[in-house]
Amino acid sequence: MIEFGQAFAAAFHLIASLDAGLVEIVALSLRISLSAVALAALVGLPLGAAVALYRFPGRLAVAALLNAFMGLPPVVVGLIVYLLLSRSGPLGVLGLLFTPGAMIVAQWLLVTPIVAALALQTVADLHTEYDEQLRSLGATPGRALWTLLWDGRLSLVTAVLAGFGRASAEVGAVMIVGGNINHVTRVMTTAIALETSKGDLALALGLGLILICLALAINFTAMAVRDLARVRHA
Amino acid sequence: MPDSILPLSLESVTYEARGQRLIDRLSLVFGAGPRSVVLGPNGAGKSLLLRLCHGLLRPTSGRVAWACPGAGAARHQAMAFQRPVLLRRSALANVAYPLALRGVARRRRKELALAALERAGLAELAQRPARVLSGGEQQRLALARAWVQAPQVLFLDEPTANLDPGATRRIEALIDGFHQNGTKIVMTTHDLGQARRLADEVLFLHRGRLVEHAAAGTFFDRPQSREAAAFLNGDLLW
Repeated sequence: MIEFGQAFAAAFHLIASLDAGLVEIVALSLRISLSAVALAALVGLPLGAAVALYRFPGRLAVAALLNAFMGLPPVVVGLIVYLLLSRSGPLGVLGLLFTPGAMIVAQWLLVTPIVAALALQTVADLHTEYDEQLRSLGATPGRALWTLLWDGRLSLVTAVLAGFGRASAEVGAVMIVGGNINHVTRVMTTAIALETSKGDLALALGLGLILICLALAINFTAMAVRDLARVRHA
Repeated sequence: MPDSILPLSLESVTYEARGQRLIDRLSLVFGAGPRSVVLGPNGAGKSLLLRLCHGLLRPTSGRVAWACPGAGAARHQAMAFQRPVLLRRSALANVAYPLALRGVARRRRKELALAALERAGLAELAQRPARVLSGGEQQRLALARAWVQAPQVLFLDEPTANLDPGATRRIEALIDGFHQNGTKIVMTTHDLGQARRLADEVLFLHRGRLVEHAAAGTFFDRPQSREAAAFLNGDLLW
């Protein structure tokens, strides 16, 4: 128990003193997860909206797939990206394996279905309400897609936040494709796993605290956005 | 002024949903000029008729034909719904939206939208989120949005349902503004007082069929059909 208390004290000290090693890891984590989520939003939001709006063969299958892929196991995504990016894999020439780039790709694959599936739901609900009015105003289907995405923006922010929560918390995918290389691909979650097994509880706990704060911040932001949506859009 | 898209003719238009015939072989002509009010009990098919005319629904059989062929007629029509669907944006952005769809330049959009808001008595609310406006203000905003579309035909589906008399009066004044400006008005209502105030001609629907189509004075004074007479009497029709 004493050791536990000491570890906490050391962890707080690391955070309070902005320990260089800790800051480096947190910065890399944020860079990777934010990039992955930005790319996921870029693809996932229009994709979800398109599946919600357009009638095409296999539409229901795509929707079901997106929903199913919301729960993709990170290690499996890691494995697939690993196979694609490994020297002998189809994308091996890119030389991305064990770089932050590979980690972004893996998290992007993990998060895109989440953003797309949530966007699909939001846009489908809005579409029910807007459809006749938009057609009456003369909006083309392409235009309607962007209109619905914009009008759903407050709900979609929470979808993107959900994706960010997922990306920042997962360990399996970045561990496999990043390799947890010190100063290169070590992020919060992989560092926690490693330091814990090494017995360096202070750094592990410090990072753990930051992760939890991040999760709290995401949730508070999501709540604030929902409140704003209620006030502004009744 | 572009070529008129009127008259609008419906030729034996039928609309069925889930095996039920909701509009039954309707044939009629809407000409430019008189304000047409569609009357009838609930479920008579009034809203469906408007949606069929406006092209939001496709008839199961029959034809809806505008004077100008092809898709050109669509951009000269506007519709106000019973519950206005406002975008989750400011009042001003709502009115500017159809102008953006028509490719009007940004600055011009704002000018036109502000002028339309002014007309609707909403200038001071321009920056408010549209969805927090009162029911009457929302419907006026919807009409301001229709105004910037400069429609030749304006369809109104129960535009004052659930509004108090003050709000109703302002809406009716705006509708009259459209009429004065040469826009053909086609509206539904189940408010007989409103029909008397606004109608030049009345179309009386019952169970999806056009029972009477007459000048307003004739219709209200000497209804030709038993159903219309009962409706005007305040009897329950179904």
